[in-house]
Amino acid sequence: MPLDNVVFWVFAPIAVASAIGMLVMRSAVHAALFLVVNLFCIAVMYLLLDAPFLFAVQIVVYAGAIMVLFLFVIMLLGVDSPLPIRERLRVQRPLAFALAAGFVVELFVALRAGVGFATRAPDGFDLVNAPDNTQALAEVLFRDYFFPFEVTSVLLIIAAVAVMVMAQRKARAVTQAESDAAAATMATPGAEEGPA
Amino acid sequence: MRTPVAYFLLLSGILFALGTVGVLTRRNALLIFMSVELQLNAVNLSLVSFSRMHADLTGQVLAFFSMVVAAAEVVVGLAIIVALFRRRSSIDVDDARELRW
Repeated sequence: MPLDNVVFWVFAPIAVASAIGMLVMRSAVHAALFLVVNLFCIAVMYLLLDAPFLFAVQIVVYAGAIMVLFLFVIMLLGVDSPLPIRERLRVQRPLAFALAAGFVVELFVALRAGVGFATRAPDGFDLVNAPDNTQALAEVLFRDYFFPFEVTSVLLIIAAVAVMVMAQRKARAVTQAESDAAAATMATPGAEEGPA
Repeated sequence: MRTPVAYFLLLSGILFALGTVGVLTRRNALLIFMSVELQLNAVNLSLVSFSRMHADLTGQVLAFFSMVVAAAEVVVGLAIIVALFRRRSSIDVDDARELRW
């Protein structure tokens, strides 16, 4: 058995198991930790697929930055408040499982008919990936996809500004009646105490 | 690479289906959001698999762009959840239903 087959069959069950663990965990912190395991397994899959740059990006951006952000928000909102279990849509849960199972079966049939489970990827990828993956990816990114790359930077700036606007606590607008009442109180000191 | 490409695609499909189950069954907004992340990653995996299968780097570039957009999306989504929590001190999506019908 070649080594990459062994690595695949070690990490694929871990990926599926951690995804299931994320779904059944009641606590959001445990779910987030299972998601980290899952993202790491997907990063290993990238390595098997000859994409070492995306392997590094996956670990740094997803398992690092994004999950830290998730855990930060979980801690901010309070971890010790499990939601009450109450079902408003009784049909939804079994229907979701049935549809997901149907999707996997359909995908299995489509893969067997289309790609085939014996098809191995062609060997010519080393030529595409020359001299190494990062350099080849940079050439494609900065030559063929330069404009989308610049648009992405604009998107990131817009997202950063939008988040700052959305997350700040707004000072409550003072209405006209309130300012009148404040002015009246200031004009007649002692009016608030009422009759002595 | 000796592992058949279809195995990676099947793994990606299974992870996508599990993410869908999470989105449809959980009521905690944060857990729904994590399930969406799972779905995004499953699709990224299939993009990279197709890139390997067709010996073309475009799939990897697309996966890279999708990661960048996902980072922006996570930041905005978490800010929405925090704003929702401040307003009604609950992140149960059943509690936020003013715009339902």
